[in-house]
Amino acid sequence: MRHRTYSFGGNDEQLLAFGPEDAAQRILIVPPLFDEMNRMRRTLVEAMRMLEAAGVTSGLLDLPGCNESRLKLEDQNIERWKEAVDAAALAIGATHIFSVRGGALVDDQPKLPTMRLAPVKGASLLKMLVRTRVAGDKEAGLTTSAESLADAAKAGPVELAGNMVGPQLWADLNIAVPNASSDAKEIKPNDVGGSPLWLRAEPQYDAAMASGLAQMLAEWSNSA
Amino acid sequence: MADKNETENLMRELLVDVLGVDGEQAAAMDSETPLFGALPELDSMAVAGLLTEMEDRLEIMIDDEDVDGELFETFGSLVEFADTKLAAKA
Repeated sequence: MRHRTYSFGGNDEQLLAFGPEDAAQRILIVPPLFDEMNRMRRTLVEAMRMLEAAGVTSGLLDLPGCNESRLKLEDQNIERWKEAVDAAALAIGATHIFSVRGGALVDDQPKLPTMRLAPVKGASLLKMLVRTRVAGDKEAGLTTSAESLADAAKAGPVELAGNMVGPQLWADLNIAVPNASSDAKEIKPNDVGGSPLWLRAEPQYDAAMASGLAQMLAEWSNSA
Repeated sequence: MADKNETENLMRELLVDVLGVDGEQAAAMDSETPLFGALPELDSMAVAGLLTEMEDRLEIMIDDEDVDGELFETFGSLVEFADTKLAAKA
């Protein structure tokens, strides 16, 4: 395991890497967005360890404003994240891209063979975040509506389930869809013997899914 | 009109996938099985995920105003809600 970085917009962002830099297959993993990243991280990292054992190198980037990044989430948008994915792909000399959930919204700039696990529309992610905020406010005795939040988001950042979403990111998410022209191969959790961990309220680890994923990624990156 | 058994199975899959409910536990649910308050996995935050995932899988729109405490009271009330939404779509 190596703690690498990639340079983006004058900042060093973290990039967790497994395997030698000169392996023939080098997969950049684009994580899910928001909380879903935390719920998937353990399983993704275990899959990366297994890939290393199979001779495949992989890297998992922190998107700017996420995880250990020093940038503010509220200043980020889809375009910046796409550029960051491109910079990270260059940094590890990626030969393939594997994106998960909302990661599929920002995976198309490197123009590499791509596999997507359960890609999701930006609007669905945004709706789930908004619902979580409305439900939380309701428990606190506040009446917040999706409309009032959408209005507030035009003027400045809005807190949604612990994420400060800025006006640009809000507007981007509303219309963002995984790029259909990038000819990506789509898989579902069932295809790798797993379950949708990103939907769970608590982070969980699925060993069968990690090994199913590693096996599929190793075979695919060897042939595509 | 959607097949009731089919809707029941879709809702079982939803509970397994979203809440991590055990498959056997989900298979044993009938219309009287209590959900909210009985399933520790089901809190108000999980409801947000359930509703959004339900929209995606059934290809329906759920107005948050339609959602009240009774929707998740029992497995039966959840299936009935889904059936009503599916019927309105057809």
